[in-house]
Formats: sequence, structure tokens, C-alpha cells
Amino acid sequence: MSSTGRVIGDTLLKIENISLSFGGVRALSNVSFDVRKGEIRAIIGPNGAGKSSMLNCINGFYHPQQGRITYKGSVREQMRPHEAAAQGIARTFQNIALFKGMSTLDNIMSGRLLKMKRGFFWQALYWGPAEREELEHREAVERIIDFLEIQAVRKMPVGKLPYGLQKRVELGRALAAEPDLLLLDEPMAGMNVEEKEDMCRFILDVNDQFGTTIALIEHDMGVVMDLSDRVVVLEYGQKIADGTPDEVRADQRVIDAYLGVQH
Amino acid sequence: MAFFFEVVLGGLLAGVLYSLVALGFVLIFKASGVFNFAQGAMVLFAALTLVRLTEWVPFWLAFPITCAVMIVLAFIIERIVLRPLVNQEGIILFMATLGIAFFLEGFGQTIWGSDIYTLNLGIPKDPAFIMEWLFDGGLLVDKLDLFAAAVAGALVVALALFFQKTRIGLALRAVADDHQAAQSIGVPLNYIWLVVWSAAGIVALVAGMVWGAKLGVQFSIALVALKALPVLILGGFTSVPGAIIGGLIIGMGEKISEVYLGPVFGGGIENWFAYMLALIFLLFRPQGLFGDRIIERV
Repeated sequence: MSSTGRVIGDTLLKIENISLSFGGVRALSNVSFDVRKGEIRAIIGPNGAGKSSMLNCINGFYHPQQGRITYKGSVREQMRPHEAAAQGIARTFQNIALFKGMSTLDNIMSGRLLKMKRGFFWQALYWGPAEREELEHREAVERIIDFLEIQAVRKMPVGKLPYGLQKRVELGRALAAEPDLLLLDEPMAGMNVEEKEDMCRFILDVNDQFGTTIALIEHDMGVVMDLSDRVVVLEYGQKIADGTPDEVRADQRVIDAYLGVQH
Repeated sequence: MAFFFEVVLGGLLAGVLYSLVALGFVLIFKASGVFNFAQGAMVLFAALTLVRLTEWVPFWLAFPITCAVMIVLAFIIERIVLRPLVNQEGIILFMATLGIAFFLEGFGQTIWGSDIYTLNLGIPKDPAFIMEWLFDGGLLVDKLDLFAAAVAGALVVALALFFQKTRIGLALRAVADDHQAAQSIGVPLNYIWLVVWSAAGIVALVAGMVWGAKLGVQFSIALVALKALPVLILGGFTSVPGAIIGGLIIGMGEKISEVYLGPVFGGGIENWFAYMLALIFLLFRPQGLFGDRIIERV
């Protein structure tokens, strides 16, 4: 696990004038921002601001009616989630979407599906190259398990784990894909202070050690300000601020959105 | 003693046939969390297609053609029925399979006819005697049943390897558990459904072939699927080995209880034994013998 250090590079993902509506409901209107390679980018905003919708657009669950998404320098056509995954976008979900019947180990292994090359026939025989590949994947999975400090629950079905640990396993599954862009939807929701601190540390370590670009949604303002390089603020589907944590914190519209306007 | 073993063996071999049908259910349930009510209809449709094709072409040609037909069928089902229902509740997909079942039963009989057709696999129907060295006069078995057992065994080994050892197997289990999460790790849902409905179609073909050879290809084959239900409850909806062992237990239990308890209860036990056993399992071990444990956090 070599440290690549933190270098913030060019634009990895560019969102231009995205609008998304469900029937008459406008979830996002005319939102633009970018994510640079190697940074931690936070998307914040009050409930219903369109944060998760934004993430779902990036990862291909939703298809915005208008606007353009440029990823790794090329404009994306309508993309389905598995295609986004193939291009190196991994994510976690607000309400944990793990494979509950499977063990921690299998869940994280499933994150490596796209990395597996050998066909079914060789795997069935578990022979030669397939065996070597299997061992490589197992090693990668074990490294992630060590990294996230979940050795104790490797064999346990994840449905039985406490909430905080499930969140960690879900992060592990996303990491297993060795993503270029990691989307985290409220990684710390519902956690106690201690669990939050752990999760913060993991997110920073992932970014620092693997150089993974991270876009995250979070409600805990303290956490967001500590973690992120830049923050984009949404309210009612529109962007109201974009900048460093300090800039955003000082922005009057953000203060109004969070604290309410004095009339 | 020889008679007891004969009963057990007969039961086991009949159980193999239940297992074959149950396997098709398990495949689809594992991969999509859908209880496919149309499995019985698929067995009937496959058997009808095979038996009518053998009137035109030799068996070795008819079999792969029927396989191809089942794959095309899977493709059509995926396109027309499943794709518009992505991310819907399990019960909605179940209702859709109910529709598929009625359609297939009608469609199959419309194009292939609704008579009883005999399917000749070239296996002698006369019984064989085995283990004559152990029992006086040996044990009486049906050669066709032995053939069915061998086929089922081969299928199980292939499917177990497929699910446990391969990339597609892991992807199937992922899809079964959570559609959204599976897509996010790069599993193409539509492709997986095509694979699994094709596999279930081919398992249905094998089941239809063996049942058809035994009973003749007729509408009642579609009803055999009902017997697969208790097998699934016993073995667990998500377990390939469970489907096999569940089938064996039920086949054997039916025969033993019929022969030894029949005189006490007045016979006919064979018809309800499986369902009673299933009921007991539902009360005490709803996930079956080998199914994934049901985990509920409160």
C-alpha cells in the first residue's frame, strides 16, 4: 500500500447545466460544478435539495433531461449504472445497499466483479490462471479488510452487523473496485461520534493513500468543513454556492438556507 | 429388508424428478428474488417442443434446437416482461410470472397440440435388478429412473460450480440480494436475467424430457411443478443442493409413508405427505434446510 500523496489535478468530472425532473417535480435545475482529480468534493444542502439526485445522475441511475456530464474528458451519453461502474465510478448508498445474506468477505469480493477476467469455464475448473487470479483478488480484498479494520467480522453475514460496521463494509465494497471516482451518499448518517471519527479517518486515508477522488454528500457541517477541499451547496435543486469550506461558510445565501432568513 | 430398500430406492428416484423441477425455481429465485410461477409451464412447453421436433428430426438435433428455443424464450421474457419491471416489488414480478405461465400453457398447446405424446429416449423401459450380490433376488429399479438420477446429478454439479466458483455466480447472488447495489458494482441486470432464465429454461427442458419419457408428454406435466413447492420449502428457496436433497427427502418420505403408514391411515398418503411436511417446515424452519438465513434487525 504505497502512499501516492495528495495531488489535485485536472478536472475529472464536469457537470454542466444539469436539469432533472420527475413529472412536474423539479429535482435539479441548471446545476453546474466540477470535480478535480484527487480532491474531496462535498455536496451539501438541506433535505430535499437534490443532493442524492445529483449523485444518481453521475452514477447513471437517473438520466437528466438537460445538461451535459463530461467524465475523464469525454462527454457522456445516456449511461446505465453498470457502464458507469465499468468506467471507474463506485458508490455507497444513503440507506446501505449491501448483500445482506452474504458475508463481509463476499460483499467486498463482489466489488471486484469487474476486475475478474477469466471466463466461467476456467473458473469452474479452478485451474492455472484462474487460480492465480482468484488469489490476487483475495489478497486485494484482505488488504481492504485490514485497512478498514473489519477483520473480526470477515465471515459474518453483513445483515447481522451493527449499522456503523455495515457502512464500513459498503465503503469496502466500493473500494474493492479500485475506483477513480468514489461517490459517498451520507457516509456518516446515523453514526455516533466515535464511528464518525473512524469514518472520517478512512475517507481521508483513502483519498491520501490511493489518491481516489471522492464526491460526498453529508449533513454534519463540522465533518464536511474538516474533510473537503471544496464544497458545493444546493437548495431546492439549484446551486447557491460553490467554493472552499471557508468561502461557503461565509456565504450569506448558505447561512440563510441553513438558518432561515430573517424577515 | 430387501423390500424396504426397494421402497426407499424407488422413493429416492422419484424424488430426483421433483428435484429437477425445483432446480429451475431455485435458479430464478436466486438470481432475481422472483418466485417464477411459470416454471411448470416452461417444463411443459420445453417437453412439447422437444417431442414434436423429434417427429421431424433425430433426437440429437431436436435437443439443441429446443435449447435454442428456450434461450429465445428467455430473451423474449426479459425484453417484454422483466425489463419494464426493474426495481419493482417481488410480488409484482411474481404476478407477471403468473401471466407468463398461462400464456405459455396456452401458446405451447396451440402450436404443438394438446394430445399425449410419447417421448422415446431409447432407454429400455424394462426394470433392472441391482445388488443381487447383497439381496436375494436383487433390488428392482426402473432404468429410466436411474438415467434421471444420473442426469440430475450432472446438472447439480454443473450448477453448483457455476454458482459458487464463477464470476457470474457471484453476480447472480448480488442481483438476488439488491438490484440497485448490484448495478452500482457493475452488474448488468438485463444480461444476468437473460442468463438465468435461459439456464432455468434448459433445466426445464431436462425435467420435461425425463418426466415426458416417464409419463408421456401431456398437460399434467405442468402440474408437477406444484410438487416442487414443498421441495423448495424443505430445501430452501436459495439452495441448489437444497432442491436436490429436498426432492429426495420428499420422494422417499412419500413412498415410505404410503407403504408403511398407508394401511393405518387408509392410503392416499402420497398425495398430501409433501404438503404436510412443508407446513411443518414453515412453522419451525421457514428458511428450509439449506436456504440463506433470514436476518431481521429490529
